[in-house]
Amino acid sequence: MTTARGVNATHRSRPDEHQRDNGDKREKAIMATTAMIETHGLSKTFQARGKSVEAVRGVDLEVRAGEIFGFLGPNGAGKTTTMRMLSTLIVPSGGQAKVAGYDLRRNPAAVRNHIGYVSQQGGAEPVETGRENLVLQGRVYGMSHRDANQRAKDLISRLDMDAFADRLVRTYSGGQRRRLDVALGIMHRPQLLFLDEPTTGLDPQSRVRIWDEVRRLHDDGMTIFLTTHYMDEADGLCDRLAIMDNGSIVSVDTPTALKQRIAGDIISLGLDVQNGAVARVSETLQAQPYVRELQQTKDGLLLYVERGEEVLPEVLRLLDHQGVPIRTVTLARPTLEDVFLRLTGRSLRESVENA
Amino acid sequence: MPRLLRDSWLMFGSQFRVSMRNSVWLFIGLFQPICYMLLFAPLLKNLANSPGFPKGGAYNVFTPGLMIMMAIFGAGFAGFNIIARLRDGVIERLRVTPINRLAMLLGIAGVDILILLVQTALLVIVGLFLGFRPDAGGLALLFVLVLIGGLMMASCSYAVALLVKDQGALAATVNLFVLPLLLLSGIMLPLSLAPDILQNIAKANPFAYAVNAARALVDGHLGDVAIVQSFIIFGVLAILAVFWATRSIRKAAM
Repeated sequence: MTTARGVNATHRSRPDEHQRDNGDKREKAIMATTAMIETHGLSKTFQARGKSVEAVRGVDLEVRAGEIFGFLGPNGAGKTTTMRMLSTLIVPSGGQAKVAGYDLRRNPAAVRNHIGYVSQQGGAEPVETGRENLVLQGRVYGMSHRDANQRAKDLISRLDMDAFADRLVRTYSGGQRRRLDVALGIMHRPQLLFLDEPTTGLDPQSRVRIWDEVRRLHDDGMTIFLTTHYMDEADGLCDRLAIMDNGSIVSVDTPTALKQRIAGDIISLGLDVQNGAVARVSETLQAQPYVRELQQTKDGLLLYVERGEEVLPEVLRLLDHQGVPIRTVTLARPTLEDVFLRLTGRSLRESVENA
Repeated sequence: MPRLLRDSWLMFGSQFRVSMRNSVWLFIGLFQPICYMLLFAPLLKNLANSPGFPKGGAYNVFTPGLMIMMAIFGAGFAGFNIIARLRDGVIERLRVTPINRLAMLLGIAGVDILILLVQTALLVIVGLFLGFRPDAGGLALLFVLVLIGGLMMASCSYAVALLVKDQGALAATVNLFVLPLLLLSGIMLPLSLAPDILQNIAKANPFAYAVNAARALVDGHLGDVAIVQSFIIFGVLAILAVFWATRSIRKAAM
């Protein structure tokens, strides 16, 4: 707990730095510059049995129009709470936010007209058919009966739901239900779509299907804001990511940049640690400018370095020069898992399982 | 206003479809009052001539009371549906849309009240076979009173449901309030048979006024002061309950 907080505090100022100096390195050129979501010091404190729990602690965030923005973090990190604030479901305890161009506190009604929201559990009426759900959703957004029917029909074929659209929702499989949930979220063609853990609990095929649909919506110009605790989802789907832990954002960047900047590459060397030379070579390595961090393990050394493929030959030369025999060498690209570990002091997988 | 009506109608339509697909509940809700009608009311026949028992015969005394009881019980448990919808995330999905919050309440309550009125009408038909002889105009007004009482009870039930978020807790809470309300309303046996102390406590029970009003209505005593009293009491309480329930929907979260 203490460790995580400490790490948090150190990195709290980072999001802005990242956005400033990484602008030109971004892997995808994001044409639109207008902000779809802008928050300053957004926070939420819950009162539970006389104790107050800070679920979200001062989130500053900017999501640009047209991007897929991901919130990555373990359960209880404050992702869902943040999303529920931004989608007008709960009132923030502090801070400001503009969503789709409207002030969240002063004009929640206007915000609602421009956003779609798919919660973790979905929210389709189980005792109605998929089509009935869709038509009601459209009507509630002010569509005429005819428009709502037409739009429902379009979405049913777009999301490949013809086979089950006229069955009661309670008979759907998890994947079918998720497709309907997404269709409900986009029924009124919102500019901004919130997806809370869109693929949690789905089988691999259904996950891919949802990802494909999210990419298609992105191609159509929709801004997508999603939360996830899956690394592959964050990595493969999102243009930019905010890593959240303990109610705060610890870092914001593109998945690639996050991996490059924070973890570097990892060289693991299999050495005979009983050999006295290892201690000596550690010192030498630690002094090298490209070595960010060095850890001794029970069967060798772990080096966190920048541009691993370039420095690997030099590391090997250095060891050879000092006469340290090398048993094995591996060079690994960091995963977001490593990034999370470095930022929060905990592994994401553990955090999810313990939650 | 058009938005309120339109949204209420949309919500009503959806809730109506859902309720019709679970239509077995319509009949289960009828079971208890029919039991009272067939198995309890005959006991009153012999009491009806004793001193202190209101005039008009057993069925004219008991049937209007049962109609008010339908409003207390039938609508009192209406919150069960809303807990299911809360669990399924339906309430939350709708709260992200611009749908009018009062309309969400009125649409859902509309179906519960419709069911209540149908059940009450069936009860009246059974009563007519057994010897219930109401005044037609009074009976029509009594249906209006049942509607207002049903709206009040259903709204309270929704608000409590959204507060406790659990079917077991809702059942316990509703029973806690409903049983004393029922016993102190003079539905089962007229309060005129009760000792002074119970009669005095019953003066704080809105349903006691409603039962008196219901009996006056079926007897055609349309000028009875209890009628005006109960319409005003039910009306004010119903508005407060609707306000409470709408506020709860505005904030509802699992």
